[in-house]
Amino acid sequence: MRYLTDRKRAQGLGASGNGTHHHWQMMVSSILLVPLVPLFVITLGLGIGGTYDEVIAYFSRPVPALITGLGLVVITLHVMHEAQVAIEDYMHGVAEKLARIAVGAFAYTIIAAGLFALVKIAL
Amino acid sequence: MAEFTLPKNSRITVGKTWPKPAGATNVRKFQIYRWNPDDGKNPSLDTYFLDMDKCGPMILDALIKIKNEIDPTLTFRRSCREGICGSCAMNIDGINTLACIYGLDEVKGDVKIYPLPHMPVVKDLIPDLTHFYAQHASIMPWLETKTNRPAKEWKQSIEDRKKLDGLYECVMCASCSTSCPSYWWNGDKYLGPAALLHAYRWLIDSRDEATGERLDNLEDPFKLYRCHTIMNCAKTCPKGLNPAKAIAHIKQMMVERAH
Repeated sequence: MRYLTDRKRAQGLGASGNGTHHHWQMMVSSILLVPLVPLFVITLGLGIGGTYDEVIAYFSRPVPALITGLGLVVITLHVMHEAQVAIEDYMHGVAEKLARIAVGAFAYTIIAAGLFALVKIAL
Repeated sequence: MAEFTLPKNSRITVGKTWPKPAGATNVRKFQIYRWNPDDGKNPSLDTYFLDMDKCGPMILDALIKIKNEIDPTLTFRRSCREGICGSCAMNIDGINTLACIYGLDEVKGDVKIYPLPHMPVVKDLIPDLTHFYAQHASIMPWLETKTNRPAKEWKQSIEDRKKLDGLYECVMCASCSTSCPSYWWNGDKYLGPAALLHAYRWLIDSRDEATGERLDNLEDPFKLYRCHTIMNCAKTCPKGLNPAKAIAHIKQMMVERAH
């Protein structure tokens, strides 16, 4: 039992002074995703179905490789940030922090592995 | 962690069924949430029957009739009976609204009435709005000025006054905030649609001189940015206001200030 006034409870620790940057970042990446997602899907779709050598040759070309790389980074980061917001919504305390770290680690691993594969194919 | 089930002592049980009015032909069934903090029992859903030929047209009329003629222990807030005071906000037929301006003819079938969702209950249909009011106070819902007080009044153009339309009408009934899932899960930190609508009302008031300070107080991932534009607030508002739009305008002001 803590004897806090209602106002003190409502104020909490005050405003943290951030949030707008994240909001703006999500707006920008959402706009980027409007043309990027269809391009990414079409590019991947065109690359699938051939023989091993054909697929390697396709992703060695600059345009498919750049679109795939860009899609991989922007989509993964966007999903990561949204997933972290969802975690903040529904989880609290230590579990929330651990879940956020896990999502971040998973997203950056996906990006690193994907970019490594693209570079390896291109070289 | 968000809780998706009620704790054991909050689960609703079947309550008392009151007898039907004798000789009535136009009878309607009402199921009303009951909870008394003094008896140690779980909440229950009591069933009442009313003769609709002898009842007023609004949900509040029915509640008052039940309290006056059937069960005087039924507890609810009401005052103005015309949608101005915001006292009689409750969940009727699954919608948060004001009992005084919600018609009985708007509900199909049995009438189910619960207190506003996800708030502590004081008794029966009365939610504890202490934190809600404190959050409202925290956004400084008054005119803040630094210039010396003018000899007469703070002037405002007709155009600037018009910007307050759709905002000043809020009666703080809490229907919007208690319909917002973000407020359910993070109501301790998220200010909720009602407080944010009032925050915007003062942010765009041409006479107010604390705009920067007000924005500083909202610059927070929880206080403001828990709004995910779910729009339940706009859908449920009994006064037809749009708190989600006001929140979007605040976010816009934040971005304009930052970039």
